[in-house]
Amino acid sequence: MSKDYLRLGVIGGLFCLAVLVAMPAVPLKIPQVGVSTTVGGYFIRLFNDRLVVDLRDVKRGLDLQGGVKLVLRADMTKLADPDKAKALESTREIISRRVDFLGVTEPKITTVTTGDEYRLEVEIPGIADVKTAVDAIGQTAQLRFKTLPPELEWSQANFADYYQNPDLWVDSGISGADLRGADVTFAQGTSLQDKTTPQIELKFTAEGRKKFSELAKANVGRPVALFLDESTLPISMPVISQDLATGLTGDPVINGSFDMKSARALSLQIRAGALPVPISILQQQTIGATLGAESVQKSLKAGVIGLGLVMLFMLALYGRLGLIADFGLLLYTALVLSIFKLVPVTLTLPGIAGFILSIGMAVDASILAFERIREEISWGKPRTIALKLGFDRSWNSIKDSNISSLITAGVLFYFGSGMVRGFAVTLAIGIGVSLFTNIFVVRTVLRTLGKF
Amino acid sequence: MTHDTAHSGETVGRDLIKYKFWYLAFSALVIVPGLIALVGFGLKTSIDFTGGSVLKFSRPVDAWDTAVVRQLVIDRGVEVSSLTVGEGGQSISVRTRPIDVNTNAELVAAVVAASPADTHQTSFETVGPSIGGETAKKSLTAFGVACLGIVLYIAYAFKNVPKPYSGVRFGLSAILAMLHDALVVVGVFAILGHYTGVEIDPMFITALLTIIGFSVHDTIVVFDRIRENLGRFKGKPFDWIANYSILETMRRSLATSATVAITLSALFVFGGASIKWFVLALLVGVISGTYSSIFNATPILVLWEGYLAKKN
Repeated sequence: MSKDYLRLGVIGGLFCLAVLVAMPAVPLKIPQVGVSTTVGGYFIRLFNDRLVVDLRDVKRGLDLQGGVKLVLRADMTKLADPDKAKALESTREIISRRVDFLGVTEPKITTVTTGDEYRLEVEIPGIADVKTAVDAIGQTAQLRFKTLPPELEWSQANFADYYQNPDLWVDSGISGADLRGADVTFAQGTSLQDKTTPQIELKFTAEGRKKFSELAKANVGRPVALFLDESTLPISMPVISQDLATGLTGDPVINGSFDMKSARALSLQIRAGALPVPISILQQQTIGATLGAESVQKSLKAGVIGLGLVMLFMLALYGRLGLIADFGLLLYTALVLSIFKLVPVTLTLPGIAGFILSIGMAVDASILAFERIREEISWGKPRTIALKLGFDRSWNSIKDSNISSLITAGVLFYFGSGMVRGFAVTLAIGIGVSLFTNIFVVRTVLRTLGKF
Repeated sequence: MTHDTAHSGETVGRDLIKYKFWYLAFSALVIVPGLIALVGFGLKTSIDFTGGSVLKFSRPVDAWDTAVVRQLVIDRGVEVSSLTVGEGGQSISVRTRPIDVNTNAELVAAVVAASPADTHQTSFETVGPSIGGETAKKSLTAFGVACLGIVLYIAYAFKNVPKPYSGVRFGLSAILAMLHDALVVVGVFAILGHYTGVEIDPMFITALLTIIGFSVHDTIVVFDRIRENLGRFKGKPFDWIANYSILETMRRSLATSATVAITLSALFVFGGASIKWFVLALLVGVISGTYSSIFNATPILVLWEGYLAKKN
């Protein structure tokens, strides 16, 4: 018996915890004891920021926030197989940087590889115009190489004057489109310092190489500045060294006092101006934000009404037993919501629908068990025994019937994308949690309370 | 397992199995019009499967004149495959072959210029033709895999059915009931598609897969009881046991479906417009699933086992 009370305690504790996690921030004021604080909506940092848990809000999908979704195809036909994965990853990095320039919060860029197809899915919340997004992503020539006009004197001493005055620079006609990429490498020299100092190697296209070679010959001893459209200051301002006086021999490098971190950062910035492979748009979608907000309101209302009606239904059909099932259902709702926040699950409209649907399915196991208890009693079993048998003997149907639903949720998750996955995830979480609340919680509460 | 035999002499209430042909006839009555619509009209599929663009516009006053909009779009060299005016006449949806953002911008400018103030584009969506075909193929594969997974699971779950009955027949009967539900929903949407323009999109496929999961869920509850009663009432004829099992499980079948129908109805009535058809598909499927688990799956099983018994 004491074991049952222990379980009851665990259930009570779990319920409180789930409610605390699931609830949004609510102000709590008790003037009599001088308490004034907020409850719920936590933001937790642990272990020196190594674990950050944001429980302030559920993550909302694109259809709820409004925004733009693009599916891009990376054309890998000209690359050798081993290079493809790397090219896709660096395309992702570059596009992600370009999207960052739009200044939106939490854009999501994922790579999808199916067979021979290499794709990027880009979700940009908060912008209404798909053209803005396509323009930002589609630009291939953001990086510009500029030089100083011949009449301007150059010496290392006035570096800062030129660095801070982008207007003085003249476009050389070389852009990110002439560049295949930029990598961090190490110098070819023999000294230890050479071998450990990172430098950035610029990889030009055949056309770009020709242009840069001309530029180098004309600007020996003078600087060339690399501008990214959105930045007002050059991202780099190397001086063309003497050994380029006769034009390019190998790939040109930018060296200086780089450490690994700064070299990598610069190569990334340069690469942001050049996509390693051509991309094309396979699919694009805009979703109005107002539509999303309205839908959330409506779905929430539908959810609350649905929950209320199911609880009434259980109460009407099973009386006091129903009351316990209703408690299980409330615990279920709190648990599922807190799992959504903890994982975190990105909620979409179909996801919310899946959750609300699962509320209706959550009492399923209770109904099967209650009906069985009813039967056992009608067959002349004493109540306490009927209660145990009811749960034991209904387990088979409960297990089998839920597994078939889990199979479909699994298939949906595997084959689906976006919206469909959202639905599959909430449905699967719902089924899992409902098994727990019914089998463990409702059963324990019933057994402990004994009479019904 | 222990069995209660105290009440095995009891007479059963109603004989439901007696009317088995009527139940199947009623199912046919529901399915046949849908099938006719399916063959006659075909399914209206969304651009997710066919590829194409959909442009949606909205304006606060006046209803849209479809002829004007159609001409505006055609004037810019873009074919229009369909034009639908939304409820209240303030929104319009134009479906075309796949176009890019620049063409879209041109069309938006043209439509806005020819419309009252505050007209704006609410959404723009393009799916390339290759991705469309791929989605269609994926959906079919998913449907096949889900069916196969469920058949295998039921065959496994009912492997202990006492001889001479077989778990495979239990499984296949459940699958037939499941196909019944899929057909009902597809048929209803073929009819809806023709008369209201509802499209088959990936969410519909999702609903369909969820429905087949549900359908089997209900059937398993009944079949589980039949299996149990086969052990309890040895010597009783199969149709008697099936009937007894249906009567025993009727309440729970109705109750479990009712709670799901309650939440779905709440979503259908109070939820947003964008998932309305998705929810309706689920609702039709759940109702059909409950009916088929009681009035299709079991009668089919009874007919099958009866046929085999007679043959031997």
